Amino acid sequence: MSLPARVATLLVAFAAVTAGIVFVVIHYLLAGLPVEDFTSVASAGPGGVRQVSVTMQTDAQTTVTNTPDWVSYFVKNPQTGTWDHTTLLKVPAAALVKVTILGYDGCTPLRNQVWGRVTGTVGNVEYVNGKPVSVLNSWQECSVQHTFAIPALGLNVPIAAVKSPNLCSTSPCTSGPHTVVTFSFRTPATPGVFVWQCRIPCAGGFLDGNGGPMSTLGYMAGELQVAS
Amino acid sequence: MAIGTEPATAQRPGGNEPAGLRRARPWWMRPAVHTALIGAVAGYLFGHWLGNFLASGYQQVKHADINDTPIVLGYVFGTVGWLAGLGVFNDLLRQMAGRPAAGRDRAADGGLARYFRYSLDHKVVGIQYLIGMIVYFLTGGLFALAIRVELLSPAYHVLSPSAYLMVVGEHGTMMMMMMSSVIVGPFGNYFVPLMIGAKRVAFPRVEALSFWLTPAAFIILLSGVLFGGFPTGWTGYATLSVQAGLGMDSYAVAFGLMGLSIILAGCNIIVTVISYRAPGMRWSRLPVFVWSMVATSFLMVVAAPVLVGGMYMILTDRTAQTAFFTGTLGGSSYLYENLFWFFGHPDVYILALPGFGIVAEIIPVFCRKPLFGYRVAAACMIGVTLLSFLVWQHHLFDSGINPDMRPLFMLTTELISIPTGFIYLVAMGTFWQAKIRLTVPMLFALGMYINFLIGGISGIFLSDIPADTTEHGSFFVMAHFHYTIMGGLIFAFMGGIYYWLPKMTGIKLNETLGKIHFYTMFVFFNSTFLPLFAIGLMGQPRRVFEYQRQLQTLNDWVSVSAFLLAGSILIFVINFVWSTVIARHPEARDPWRSRGLEWQVPSPPPAENFARIPQVLSAPYEYGVPGAPPVADLDPGCRAGRAAPGRLMRQGHKRFLGAPDEERR
Amino acid sequence: MAAPSGASGPAAATPGQPQARHGVRIFLIWLVASAICDPLIWFVAGPHMPPGAMSSSAVSQRFDITVLAVMSAPVVLGVFIYFGYALVVWRQRDGDQEDGPPIHGNARVCATWVAVSFALVLGVFAFGMVQLVVPAGAGAGEGPAPIWKPGGGAPLQVQVIAQQWIFTYRYPQYGGMETPQLVLPQGQNVQFNVTSLDVVHSFWAYQLGVKSDANPGVNNIAYTRPERLGRFHVECAELCGMLHGAMTGNGYVVTAARFQSWAASSQARLAPVTKTLPPYAATYDPTVIPQLGKALTSLGINGAGGGFYGPQVPAQP
Repeated sequence: MSLPARVATLLVAFAAVTAGIVFVVIHYLLAGLPVEDFTSVASAGPGGVRQVSVTMQTDAQTTVTNTPDWVSYFVKNPQTGTWDHTTLLKVPAAALVKVTILGYDGCTPLRNQVWGRVTGTVGNVEYVNGKPVSVLNSWQECSVQHTFAIPALGLNVPIAAVKSPNLCSTSPCTSGPHTVVTFSFRTPATPGVFVWQCRIPCAGGFLDGNGGPMSTLGYMAGELQVAS
Repeated sequence: MAIGTEPATAQRPGGNEPAGLRRARPWWMRPAVHTALIGAVAGYLFGHWLGNFLASGYQQVKHADINDTPIVLGYVFGTVGWLAGLGVFNDLLRQMAGRPAAGRDRAADGGLARYFRYSLDHKVVGIQYLIGMIVYFLTGGLFALAIRVELLSPAYHVLSPSAYLMVVGEHGTMMMMMMSSVIVGPFGNYFVPLMIGAKRVAFPRVEALSFWLTPAAFIILLSGVLFGGFPTGWTGYATLSVQAGLGMDSYAVAFGLMGLSIILAGCNIIVTVISYRAPGMRWSRLPVFVWSMVATSFLMVVAAPVLVGGMYMILTDRTAQTAFFTGTLGGSSYLYENLFWFFGHPDVYILALPGFGIVAEIIPVFCRKPLFGYRVAAACMIGVTLLSFLVWQHHLFDSGINPDMRPLFMLTTELISIPTGFIYLVAMGTFWQAKIRLTVPMLFALGMYINFLIGGISGIFLSDIPADTTEHGSFFVMAHFHYTIMGGLIFAFMGGIYYWLPKMTGIKLNETLGKIHFYTMFVFFNSTFLPLFAIGLMGQPRRVFEYQRQLQTLNDWVSVSAFLLAGSILIFVINFVWSTVIARHPEARDPWRSRGLEWQVPSPPPAENFARIPQVLSAPYEYGVPGAPPVADLDPGCRAGRAAPGRLMRQGHKRFLGAPDEERR
Repeated sequence: MAAPSGASGPAAATPGQPQARHGVRIFLIWLVASAICDPLIWFVAGPHMPPGAMSSSAVSQRFDITVLAVMSAPVVLGVFIYFGYALVVWRQRDGDQEDGPPIHGNARVCATWVAVSFALVLGVFAFGMVQLVVPAGAGAGEGPAPIWKPGGGAPLQVQVIAQQWIFTYRYPQYGGMETPQLVLPQGQNVQFNVTSLDVVHSFWAYQLGVKSDANPGVNNIAYTRPERLGRFHVECAELCGMLHGAMTGNGYVVTAARFQSWAASSQARLAPVTKTLPPYAATYDPTVIPQLGKALTSLGINGAGGGFYGPQVPAQP
């Protein structure tokens, strides 16, 4: 090949490779879920401590995705009120976070019963349909569907299960039997990113129930971004 | 009495066949990469359909909404289609149908196109491998840069946790898997026949097949990114690998294919060296590089089948619901660990031994002295090969294996440092009173020795079980294997490129850029990986995206150095591409004044390597030996026959005495 | 490590006297460098070597690493000094086209090298064995049937249960309570029984010098004795999934009295959940839940219950 032809081929090849790399980086490496920003809707509570209210739901199916049989959390967008399929939350530091979880899923027993005990919340209790609960024994009466746990903050909240057989089978759920679990916890003063996860092996079809939605952000694992 | 000198029939160009000259088909109709891609796509679609047909009804699949079987079968049939599209099976099918095989490439097959075909010329395969290995290395390196970007801060995350693990796994697997053939592929396949005086390898089709499996494995591994990658790192430990998503299948299939590739490459080289040595090429005259290729090939052939078996078991555990690695169902996660490391440890010697071979080949040339302790160098290769099968459990010291097995493996691991150390005895002896020329290949050889020493000594720390308690699974191990593999093997690879590219292409690489490449790469390599020893000893485990705050300064230093290291490799790529594509300055036949047999043929070598099989007269390292015969007689003639070497040498001595790099008339 | 040439040098065609200078010179430079380096490592770096002195296994590992560093520094220095000397003294001068002397080998040098390296390796091995056996396994996981155990009374039993993605600790001697907090008393032998509920993890207590892989269905035992009070870092050292990097925590070594009071108060606080736990065992099968039958019959598992072969699937291998 002549010199100009070689130079031209080289430039085209270089451009193609660079474009490919940029595409992979943007589309596969940096692509992320939307972050629900609660810092902008924080209100001032007693003692000047900021407060936010977070509403989430757990669903038995995720029909909005191409894996409908995966269980998932949904978060209610604080600005628009729609249910978003994400698990990334941004909350202010040194704040009181009041969480309401609508649990639409049926029960799966805990693998490790120690996570049936509520820790890290205000008063170390959760309120299941209004009644305070501190331990749920999921082996005795299959009473837990998922957990909301932030290991770095010592937070663990088992979500009580629905006891009816007719579960909501679409997502996000707007009607159907569900439990209402409320609790509150305080975020630390220093900002950081804290991962949160469910501790029930609820991934149907995966070995021992781990994997799948348990190991995928946006389903049963997420991040709590504490911003100042 | 005239003997009829006229032929019985009129002669016609192209032969007297009824069809006349068979026209060569146009390039787009002959099997090459484009037909291979078509075959791969067709095969993948068929396999995907077959997998869905077989497995869609499984309860596991219905619950999980992901089906591994179509992906696995798609990859397997895609690879078969890829190979079929290349024409790998053509000769086999022809012979099964009773027709003669097509035979070797015609010389008319010149030009760039033959590098995109299933070529039976070992030199073409060597260059295909070289380009392939450079591409795989650079791809793996890009993933490494993504890792270092993420590790700039313990608190601020650029990548999500699963994207980070995907990048870690892709980097590790790309490097360890693809680079198993980084020297055997390009330089082994290219130079072993030339160094032993052969015109070809024993199994050219097998050799070419071993190359063409590598792009398939590369693409399959990269396609894991489309599925979110695999969360296990390159080691693929069960039970996590059974639990993982679809990306795990790309890891297992790609690794299995590479395992197949290295088995094939190893078989070919062993038989070539045993059976195709020229007359006079005794085992005691074999270049050390060829010794290292034989030793590495032996490791490949014996260790890689275990890997393929392990990968196969992962795939059946994930698709066919077998329970090899699931403890609750009668299997054991230890089974995988042992199968993997039984391959994994010889694998690192598959990576290291060729590096030893290259540097031992380079230093006599640039010291102008014979290689000190040739027998010691050969003993090094053999000793490392044999011992490397007896050390694998040192990866499992803390895993809960039988405690009384561990002292045995501590002893064998420490013993293997003895043959490994021979390479330093050979180097130091060769440097004694030498005339050292610091050309670019020599610089890389020196860099290899320095880096591998640090890596090897850190291996002693790891082999000591009490010290290993803190060091295992931490960045100390990372620093150890990056020093031995990147500091050792890759530096030797670069040295081999600068040394042998003029022979392979007849083109010189820019020396100034080469020296800048070496110095920047050496400095930034050490500045990147030396702090990792400290980071590991201070408690940072491997493959984490968060770490303790006080380690951030060191991590930032390492990340910045890694980017500078990438810059130095960019200099290499620029030098390589510029010199081979744009500048193309021709180089002399033997610019380094080497006595090696491969340097006695023109650059690049002709299609048949040697016009006649040479008669080898002496070892290639006889620098400074007064009255040493040249390394071989390239034009033996009838006179050579089966005469005893002594007699030949007397005649040869008289006729061919002279400096080894004199142009042959 | 003796420099490979000593005073006599390899056999050469040139007279022996000028060669001895090189060998002696290299040897002396190496001797001086080692004499400076080794004491620096031992006295200056030694007291700060990781992993510290918080426990018996950490102390022995610190000693181990320091001794190995002192032994390997002269080896590294020897090779580097030799290379440096060669590059300075034996460079090819400009215009010199001669070859070097044809030295093919030297049996004495090679034999010395092999003998010395063999002796070094055996010495390192013997040292490693002593350091492994005497500190009761040096903090490494010994599997379910350990052979190097500490003397002096029954150790405190702490079961480390690894799961995705946190460690919990169970104290069988305190009612089998399970807690995510790890607290240990000073001056008492501790036996870590490490197991996993799902995939392979690895319990690494950094300042205690303990590392023991957590395998599902296997009890991996490691021993140590905490000596100093303070906080230590716990990490997972085996890639176990997406949040492996976040699987870290802290443990505390406190006085024996404080440990007793912590244990008592934790037992009381955790009593409601302790009675829901399965009985303490060396390993736990995550697919066997004793009361599951009752839960199934009364309500059925209608959540996305996991498992390839759950009890609801009729065909089991």
